[in-house]
Amino acid sequence: MITIELPKSLGLSVDGRTVVEINEPCATVGDALAALGRRSPGVLDRVVDEQGDVRQHVNVFSNGESIRFLDGLRTPTADGSAILILTAISGG
Amino acid sequence: MNEQSATATPNQSVALLVGTMKGAFLLRSDEARKKWRVEGPHFQGFAVYALMHDGRAGRNRTFAAANNPFFGSALRSSEDHGRTWSEPERYTIKFPEESGRALAQIWQITPGRPTEADTLYCGVEPAALFESRDGGETWQPNQGLLMHEHQPRWQPGAGGLCLHTIVLDPTNPNRMLIAISAAGVYRTDDGGKTWNARNVGVRAEFLPDKYPEFGQCVHKVVHHPSKPERLFLQNHWGLYRSDDWGDSWTDIAHGVPSDFGFAMQMHPHDPETVYIVPLESDMFRCTPEAKLRVYRTTDAGASWDPMTEGLPQKNAYETVLRDALTADSLDNPGIYFGTRSGKLFGSLDDGATWRELADGLPPVVCVKTAVMTQQ
Repeated sequence: MITIELPKSLGLSVDGRTVVEINEPCATVGDALAALGRRSPGVLDRVVDEQGDVRQHVNVFSNGESIRFLDGLRTPTADGSAILILTAISGG
Repeated sequence: MNEQSATATPNQSVALLVGTMKGAFLLRSDEARKKWRVEGPHFQGFAVYALMHDGRAGRNRTFAAANNPFFGSALRSSEDHGRTWSEPERYTIKFPEESGRALAQIWQITPGRPTEADTLYCGVEPAALFESRDGGETWQPNQGLLMHEHQPRWQPGAGGLCLHTIVLDPTNPNRMLIAISAAGVYRTDDGGKTWNARNVGVRAEFLPDKYPEFGQCVHKVVHHPSKPERLFLQNHWGLYRSDDWGDSWTDIAHGVPSDFGFAMQMHPHDPETVYIVPLESDMFRCTPEAKLRVYRTTDAGASWDPMTEGLPQKNAYETVLRDALTADSLDNPGIYFGTRSGKLFGSLDDGATWRELADGLPPVVCVKTAVMTQQ
């Protein structure tokens, strides 16, 4: 299982929850976000743009590391991975 | 807008739809347009570059382009004068994946012709035109512009590569003109299938070739529906008029302190009268001599006169952006503008005198009007 935690401050949630459990196989962070999008396309719209790129002022962390400094959406995931989505300080 | 009240006598009042860098505000007037009540901010923290009220076909719908600084730009709408707003699950204005582009900002919302009550247009960044044929429920990009052969060579202005102006021919449903910073003016005569650059005579001071086919930084184009072929253009540098739907342009910067500026507004009932707010240079971008002056022509650009009564003429380092100057459509129209310093001004005598309507707002980027009929 992989968990995706959504930013609480801006009201994103899936079925009222800000921590989403992904139980399908995901090899990468991109796979996990795609699974999130199948659960809630609207939430995914707000995290990535129509080209599938993480929005400029959104940061995605995998097990505490920003994927910008790893392999982006190709960053590998494993069972137990924790993905955290936060808004960047650059956007406000 | 249609509002119901206890009185049976029909009367009209005006709402100002004010977009700022930190949300939208609605200012509601009394009948005399003397007192204004400020409501908002709506979309607190969102940049709102475009607002539009659609009263066609019995609608009472207000559109807002709300750009969440984190989660992107979305079109929102209200059916109750801004008391509540739609919160679409999915974003409705999106580039197709194969275009390789992603929406950065919605810059303009324009209703279709009166005969096309379900048609709407949006101008966006990166520069593209989106069309809706169902009152704003679904949107499609105009393919002719999306795939235009010039598109790879369009360069962004300081505000981005934005399609900010949409001018419809009320007499010819196949003709439309758009303006892009910094690509210039394009016109279609076949309903949007093909688009041709229409920049002959418009200067591009910042390019080696000062009069290229395209690449001009057009800031705003206006016309009057009763004389649609006559266009007025505020350029990055330059003030122009065209009498042939943009086939050629003539310099009309006679008597203005600067031919640089953004905002331009047509008088709603007089095709000879246009308003601008000149700014000093493209680097300073503030009102010349620290005086806030609206310039008005009443002879289609042959001459311009400053309108200063009621406007600060000392230490007024103000900026009025391209969509922040507007007019209502009443018989005795109000002219309104907002500044980047958060002030709103209005005139009820064609610009001869002005009054401050609000102060302390976030930086104003657009001002639009809606006429409400109260019964």
